[in-house]
Amino acid sequence: MKFFEISGEALSPEQLRLRLEDPSCGGYVAFEGWVRNNADGHNVNRLEYEAYESLAIAEGNRVLEEAIERFGVTRAACVHRKGALEIGDLAVWVGVSSPHRDEAFKACRYVIDEIKTRLPIWKKEHYASGDSGWVNCERCAAHGHDHAPGADAEPPA
Amino acid sequence: MSNSIHVEYFALFREQAGRADETVETNAANPGQLYAELVEKHGLTLEPQRLKVAVNDAFVGWEAALADGDRVVFIPPVAGG
Repeated sequence: MKFFEISGEALSPEQLRLRLEDPSCGGYVAFEGWVRNNADGHNVNRLEYEAYESLAIAEGNRVLEEAIERFGVTRAACVHRKGALEIGDLAVWVGVSSPHRDEAFKACRYVIDEIKTRLPIWKKEHYASGDSGWVNCERCAAHGHDHAPGADAEPPA
Repeated sequence: MSNSIHVEYFALFREQAGRADETVETNAANPGQLYAELVEKHGLTLEPQRLKVAVNDAFVGWEAALADGDRVVFIPPVAGG
């Protein structure tokens, strides 16, 4: 069974949650990330996601394994969209099941936080103004922000 | 002796390079030297401090040795979720 996936098709949480069912589990926590119509004061009309799929899938599965190991949950899964998305579309789904609720909430939070910062997935926002930009590359760079995640590798001299 | 390196571009870099991939003949010994060459060639705008590097689908450091036939991806700041 695949635990982390990148999908070019719309996501169905009712189908996805079936992956988490387990008779030993008493709780299921899910997170849905939706496409929002605004970002940092800009009106957003639509989004595009692009992924470096082979590495994103490998890293996504590492995140899920870490969540299971760290919080002792029974199952964890995540699906991320790629391609063109409209306002309100489901962009990412995370689900966790476990015997008790506390570890499921913590593991779900861990997965979405790590997915956002570690996986090679990029988001291009198309604004109502007609402009567009790759988030964290162009828009924030233009404002002098640096959202580079895990910039721990030594840069070249 | 030069190596033949397959470079893949995503997101901002795909647009700036005007292609999704290419094979380059290079004397670059590591990803740092290769990135400097590609900045020169394609006008890639991001500072290396803001990037990560993958060789053959695994994260590596900027000083990792490149070998003939390697597949290299320079990873701009990500924005999943």
